[in-house]
Amino acid sequence: MASEPQGGLTEYIRHHLTHLKPPHVSEGGFWSVHVDSVTVSLVLGVLFCLWFWLLARKATAGVPSKGQAFVEIVLEFVDGQVKDVFHGDRRFLGPLALTVFVWVFLMNAMDLLPVDLLPWATEKFGLSHFRSVPTADVNMTFAMSITVLLLVIFYSFKAKGLGGYMHELFTAPFGKWFAPFNFALNLVELLSKPVSLSMRLFGNMYAGELVFMLIAGLFSAGSWLLYGMGIIGYTVWGIFHILIISIQAFIFMVLTIVYISMAHDHH
Amino acid sequence: MEFNATLIGEMIAFAILIWFCVHFIWPHITKAIEERQLKIAEGLNAAERAHAELREADNKAAAEVKQARQQAAEIIDRAQQQANQILDKARVDAVAEINRLKAAAQDDIASMAQRAREELRERVGALAVQGASKIVQREIDAAAHKTLLDQLATEI
Repeated sequence: MASEPQGGLTEYIRHHLTHLKPPHVSEGGFWSVHVDSVTVSLVLGVLFCLWFWLLARKATAGVPSKGQAFVEIVLEFVDGQVKDVFHGDRRFLGPLALTVFVWVFLMNAMDLLPVDLLPWATEKFGLSHFRSVPTADVNMTFAMSITVLLLVIFYSFKAKGLGGYMHELFTAPFGKWFAPFNFALNLVELLSKPVSLSMRLFGNMYAGELVFMLIAGLFSAGSWLLYGMGIIGYTVWGIFHILIISIQAFIFMVLTIVYISMAHDHH
Repeated sequence: MEFNATLIGEMIAFAILIWFCVHFIWPHITKAIEERQLKIAEGLNAAERAHAELREADNKAAAEVKQARQQAAEIIDRAQQQANQILDKARVDAVAEINRLKAAAQDDIASMAQRAREELRERVGALAVQGASKIVQREIDAAAHKTLLDQLATEI
């Protein structure tokens, strides 16, 4: 609002939807990194690691501290979800799901910060653009879902062997006489997983951010009535958004578990 | 929507986070949880065992009390029987003693009565002889008439 007094709502939103990039790289090139997404996601990732690691290091089997109890509750919740879907060694899938859940949740939660707070703060340091929600960046969500895809492929090979997996790719579901058709079908199925996984999260977060921006636009609309509506709208959407960010983090985690446990199943 | 090197950077970051969580977070916490589960299970087992032992001890104590009570009752019964026996014996003895004493007394009385009677008879005989001699006014030869006088005495 205050940062862009001359451009109106459209300009305000466009400004807020522009990523922070290093200035010496040409616009639109592959090597132009979204500094804001990377920074926020790394800060949150390190925060998650430190938080859980400090408590895990001191974890006792006796009476747990409140912090340990909280971490245990989160872990048990995630472990329960994994246990429901996947019947095998959870020593990798469990921590994977925990990482996904907490990290995605923290990144989504950046949406709950006032939409202008971080851009306003970075502007003081001369950085003109800053998007504070990494999961509203398609690079971020695809990075996670492609990693999940790689894990799915890896575990498919590991569980079924090279021959077994190839056999499954070409013969399921219609038998060996439809091999090319089966392969095409399985390829679509395989590739649709990361796309749906990441687009769902991205879409929700992007739209949520956009709604916050639209509501925030009311603040500079120049009328007390609209200003009041803006306050009410921001509050209501913010409360509703707590639900959305939790659900999206949960869905991302559950689908990750489901995809990887499906990779272990034989057809 | 534009893809760029952010994607690769974030994939690497994600992989590092997963690796960190797999090695430094998950095992410690699950270990603590599992150890606690074990402890709690042991505690519950111990409590159950203690409970069973307590119940067993209670039963044993109750059985012992019951047995002691039974023994006490037996002892009292036996004592009562013994007391009755002693009492009966004493009564029988007393009755026998009484009878004996009574018989002895009766014997005494009978012999004393006999003696008195004989004495009386002798005196009566002597008096009769004295009377008769006074009546006849002469000395009756007591020796000559002794048989006659004795006969008279027995007849009285």
